[in-house]
Amino acid sequence: MAGKTRAIERTPLSLSEKTYLPQIVNGLKTTFSNILKPNVTLQYPEERPVISESYRGVPTLVRDPNGREKCVSCQLCEFVCPPKAIRITPGEISDSEEDRVHVEKGPKEFEINMLRCIYCGFCQEVCPEEAIWLQEDYSVSGYSREEFLNNKDRLYELGGTMPDNHYKWDKKKEAELNGHEGHH
Amino acid sequence: MSQNGTQELVPVNIDGQEFNLPKGMNLVEAVNTVGKEIPHYCYHPKLSVAGNCRMCLIDMGMPMRDRATGDAILDENGVQKIGWMPKPAIACNSNVSPGLHIKLESETVKDYRNGIMEFLLVNHPLDCPICDQAGECRLQEFSADYGRGYSRFIEDKNVKPKRTKLGERVTLDDERCILCSRCVRFSSEIAGEDVLGFVDRGSYSTLTCYPGKSLDHNYSLNTVDICPVGALTSTDFRFKMRVWFLKEANSICSESSVGSNTVVSSREGKIYRITPRRNDAVNDTWMTDSARELYKQVEEDTRLLSPQILQKEASLDDALSQAIEILKNDKLRMVGSSLSSVEEQFILRKIAKIKEIECYFLAHLGAEDGLLLSADRRPNTRGALLNDLISDVPTSRLDRLEEEIKLGLVDTLLVIHEDLSLTGIDAELLKDLKIVYLGTHTNSTSALASVNLPTLTVFEKKGSFVNQSFRLQKFNQAVPGPAGLFPDTLILTKLLSGISGEEFISPTVDLIWEELAASTPELNDITFHSIGTDGIALNADRFRNLQFPEVKSLKFSIEDFRATEDLVPAL
Repeated sequence: MAGKTRAIERTPLSLSEKTYLPQIVNGLKTTFSNILKPNVTLQYPEERPVISESYRGVPTLVRDPNGREKCVSCQLCEFVCPPKAIRITPGEISDSEEDRVHVEKGPKEFEINMLRCIYCGFCQEVCPEEAIWLQEDYSVSGYSREEFLNNKDRLYELGGTMPDNHYKWDKKKEAELNGHEGHH
Repeated sequence: MSQNGTQELVPVNIDGQEFNLPKGMNLVEAVNTVGKEIPHYCYHPKLSVAGNCRMCLIDMGMPMRDRATGDAILDENGVQKIGWMPKPAIACNSNVSPGLHIKLESETVKDYRNGIMEFLLVNHPLDCPICDQAGECRLQEFSADYGRGYSRFIEDKNVKPKRTKLGERVTLDDERCILCSRCVRFSSEIAGEDVLGFVDRGSYSTLTCYPGKSLDHNYSLNTVDICPVGALTSTDFRFKMRVWFLKEANSICSESSVGSNTVVSSREGKIYRITPRRNDAVNDTWMTDSARELYKQVEEDTRLLSPQILQKEASLDDALSQAIEILKNDKLRMVGSSLSSVEEQFILRKIAKIKEIECYFLAHLGAEDGLLLSADRRPNTRGALLNDLISDVPTSRLDRLEEEIKLGLVDTLLVIHEDLSLTGIDAELLKDLKIVYLGTHTNSTSALASVNLPTLTVFEKKGSFVNQSFRLQKFNQAVPGPAGLFPDTLILTKLLSGISGEEFISPTVDLIWEELAASTPELNDITFHSIGTDGIALNADRFRNLQFPEVKSLKFSIEDFRATEDLVPAL
């Protein structure tokens, strides 16, 4: 390495450089030109930025407009999650829940560890039921590790309701009620 | 059933390439031997050919011959012409014959498959997200391989019952069924109980049980295994875990001396299911329902989870030194177990030799079903015979041991896995004995024992069993044992070291096998590593005339066993 070292000769400062005046003037030019421009600073946290619809914030579970739980615990998000932040305990929907027993399967427990989550959005992308969405919430804070474990109740609280374009399971139920006509 | 063909290889032309395949073998199987695949649903190597799914349609042709003279018909280049059949034929109902020409990859064949897939999917519900078969579903796989990727079907799909309980352990989703009839054939041909059939016609056909019957025989879960789609699902495994999370380990069933080959599936140290693994010399592709429940013993409440001295929890070191003190007694006898692996029994034999004492084994007998549940309900009685721990088949009472206790010749017992209350020995006699108990679960003996040493179940360790036909088969560890528990081989070696005063290092299974192979004539030249997934048939000439309790099972009959001369020479 020693052989590659080159000594650079420093030229002495010129007179204008020694006074610093041109540099100060240049700097002030930038300052004064910005005084007239519109303000770009946000007074966070009193002011909040506008979040785009495709923003990938905290992952949440959503219900359809009829209030039905969309997740069927297929565990694809758990499988695809790169940091293994998602943990699902699958369960069977009991016969007593008449309006949704035809879905057969739903999560008994659903846990997302926000200390592990990297907000990649793979879970949303892979979900065949459009049940998990990364929404606009970006600011996650807490005092203990437990506060960062979002359980099923918390995930639904964060998620709320999302519009549904398919009503897949409602159609299924409808077919089940009408389907036996017209044969035999 | 499938035709396995002869040893003779004949030339078959597949997609213009010549291959040599076994003559007479079923085509679906035969192309497998050269690394090619014919997709199929209804065909199963161990069942009769039904030919109803049509997925294995291929183009077939034979070299043309003149009907009158039998001479080959040549084209202008002097090459024999191929007479292609004008319509596709099913491969599963065809056998390899010399000169056969088949096309597996041509555009027309791809069209057949595409068309069949479209028909099969017409009424198939799109419920892969809630279907337990997803991930190991032939319909999923072949629709990805040969399907069109989207549906042209705009009419309403058929609605069928979704959650029919066919039996105690099997749930049926009729919408998913593709009517391959594998389960129907299995029930009548293998299980011998004709309970399943189809009712209604066309696309309304529905799988159901015959009136008044239900799918409750001890082989019902095999229908779930062979179901190529998610129509038949196991009620026990239903919705428990997606299959792509499961880690699989090859194991051996410990239910009886049949030793069915199994795959144990677990995730993060928890076992979710046991499924059969094909071994044509033992269990074909089947296993009993009762053996699939055995994984539940791992998390049973009665599991012995810590060493105990006088029923109080103790450290392993203290418990071991206490046990060694007790076992130094000269009036010691051992009660071994056919649940122990060959390796564990080998170390037990060393202890028996040093102490110059006899080892008793108790027989656990049950009714035989002629298939995969044999009379001897222990997996490794033959291993104890090979190890010379016993010289005859165990009895179901230990009268001789009782006699010895009565005469005051015995006041200490080393008991492995066994429950002494089943031996017929007077319970009052047992109370005065000092007992060291080694086992996985608590029982009436562990409640009496001075020292209890916990060990691992068959799912938590590796080793080998010898089944009823003297086939040596190894099992691998599927899940880690509970914290702080060690394999039987380590505990037994510690006891051996303490008793003999000589320090033995705790051996790995491979190290045990080096000694085992050298000291047992039937096991010469075998290493643990060399035991393949199918096992090794051992020389059994020493034991041909013993009075084994088994009479007949799927691949064993006592008459044949007595009459057979081993091909492997006795050493």
